[in-house]
Amino acid sequence: MKRNRKLAEKLITFGIVIAAFLLCKILIGTGVMSRSLRGQLIPICVYICMAVSLNLTVGISGELSLGHAGFMSVGAFSGIVAAMWLSKGVGVESQLHCLLFAILVGGALAGAAGVVIGIPVLRLRGDYLAIVTLAFGEIIRNVMNCIYVSLDGSTLRFGFINPGLPGKILLNGPMGATGVKKMASFEIGFVLVLFTLFVVLNLIDSRDGRAIMAIRDSRIAAESVGLNVTKYKMMAFVTSAVLAGMAGALYGLNFSTVAPAMFKFDTSILVLVFVVLGGIGNIRGSVISATLLTMLPELLRAFSDYRMLVYAIVLILVMIFTNNPKLKNAVGRLLPRRGASGKEAE
Amino acid sequence: MTLFLSYLINGISLGSVYAIIALGYTMVYGIAKMLNFAHGDVIMVGAYIAFCATQYAGLPAFVAVLLAMLVCTLLGVTIEGLAYKPLRQAPGLAVLITAIGMSYLLQNSALLIWGATPKSFPSVVSLPPVSLFDGRVKVTGETIMTILANIVIMIALTQFTGRTKMGKAMRAVSEDKGAAELMGINVNATISVTFAIGSALAAVAGVLLCSAYPNLMPTTGSMPGIKAFTAAVFGGIGSIPGAMVGGILLGVIEILGKAYISTELGDAIVFAVLIIVLLFKPSGLFGKNVREKV
Repeated sequence: MKRNRKLAEKLITFGIVIAAFLLCKILIGTGVMSRSLRGQLIPICVYICMAVSLNLTVGISGELSLGHAGFMSVGAFSGIVAAMWLSKGVGVESQLHCLLFAILVGGALAGAAGVVIGIPVLRLRGDYLAIVTLAFGEIIRNVMNCIYVSLDGSTLRFGFINPGLPGKILLNGPMGATGVKKMASFEIGFVLVLFTLFVVLNLIDSRDGRAIMAIRDSRIAAESVGLNVTKYKMMAFVTSAVLAGMAGALYGLNFSTVAPAMFKFDTSILVLVFVVLGGIGNIRGSVISATLLTMLPELLRAFSDYRMLVYAIVLILVMIFTNNPKLKNAVGRLLPRRGASGKEAE
Repeated sequence: MTLFLSYLINGISLGSVYAIIALGYTMVYGIAKMLNFAHGDVIMVGAYIAFCATQYAGLPAFVAVLLAMLVCTLLGVTIEGLAYKPLRQAPGLAVLITAIGMSYLLQNSALLIWGATPKSFPSVVSLPPVSLFDGRVKVTGETIMTILANIVIMIALTQFTGRTKMGKAMRAVSEDKGAAELMGINVNATISVTFAIGSALAAVAGVLLCSAYPNLMPTTGSMPGIKAFTAAVFGGIGSIPGAMVGGILLGVIEILGKAYISTELGDAIVFAVLIIVLLFKPSGLFGKNVREKV
């Protein structure tokens, strides 16, 4: 009975994503969708993946991470280098192959960064853990500012701090990557979203996922029944990093210019906002809130200069209205109580 | 050697600014148990108010600083009352996101009012520079003023929290909110006063920061805000001497790291030191180790 309900919940989530994809395809096909909104499709896919993967760390594993953009940055730059190397250095024609290779490399390197960062970070607790993830995010951005990569024939050359490498420059320190071939496509973005959802939802539903949530709910109790806390925390953290790196690679190959400054602290916060507004630990909520909030500034164009101001006010009001007990009760009395059965299912 | 000395003095000066900002973070965290991300933007508002007061209204520097402190105090208390007070019982993350929303709100309001072009902030300090060792080390008036202000604030705050009734109330609330309330302490008023003090200090920090680095933009406050927050954690968040020591150490590390290791990697060095310290002392230099009970 319970299994069936869980399966149904999963299928609904996938169904929503697939339906949204088909709807977008129809809107593009009939030419109803505006140009600016069409340009938002790949970023929306990327942010959905980012939000779902961050939700794995924040919601399922219960660790507040403020440096998620760092993994995205690692994925983006390694993905760009990988794709350019494969297409220019090796001479692979197919853009799809290059893109998939870039996504794999991005995910792998971000995962490696996740392991390196996870070992010290997961020893800490609470706010201290949060500040260390913030610090790592800033370190990654700072180090990216100093990395120079060039393609000399078919070999990659790396430089640290010192520019002036032979061959065609791929990464140019603080200027980032310029002249990137736009390889990302909405279809691949959609597949990546499905992949991310598949990985995260199945992880949550597995024995490992239950162990991760048990550790979140009570570390001491979980430890005393013999769960290896470090192992499960690392599992969640690194999976989250890999998925963020893959999303980052897709994001990097969607723009012709990518600079390290694009993956600032603000980007980490933006993704965290998606997660919190969608509901911490609620994967479907992350998908919906990432979609709506990425489109929101675009939809608020009518307010032109005031749109970020409106965005900030909306954010504050939503937080106050959803979290203040008095207001919550007042709203609850006005609305019919249809959410009651859904609450129990969670 | 003299070069090292001048780097060191610059570092202490920058660190003093961090320390003043970190005090605001640490006091608010100690009492309300929340990370007030909007604090960095209060600094920016304070600097803009002082800028307008001296440039457009032609007020003397001293009055401009007082005005900036007044406006920021009101701003801090208003933010607390409107946005954070309704969320007193809410989970920590909800308050964090609200604070982030507040930070966006302040930045974008500043963008609308003062525009995106950086303004060149005129120094409010009129002290002459001092030469040491036959002029081999020059110390600017801003540096001396910053360090002096830091010392004065430190002494005043220690006296305030140690001696006055309000200061005792603050310590009581940060120790145990429920018990403090039972002892007849007005918890809400205490939290408001904390925000007021923190915001007034932020205004001072903003003016001092922009006097030394005269580039005023709506995003001026965010990076020093993050660094000061790091400084507060470095020293052990919630501890006033910790914020002071953490801030100064962070400033010195930043300047020395930039001078001797690498200019590009300056920020990375600061954060790397933070991580190393937290690995060996997980609750910061002066933080209390809270034992976990089952």
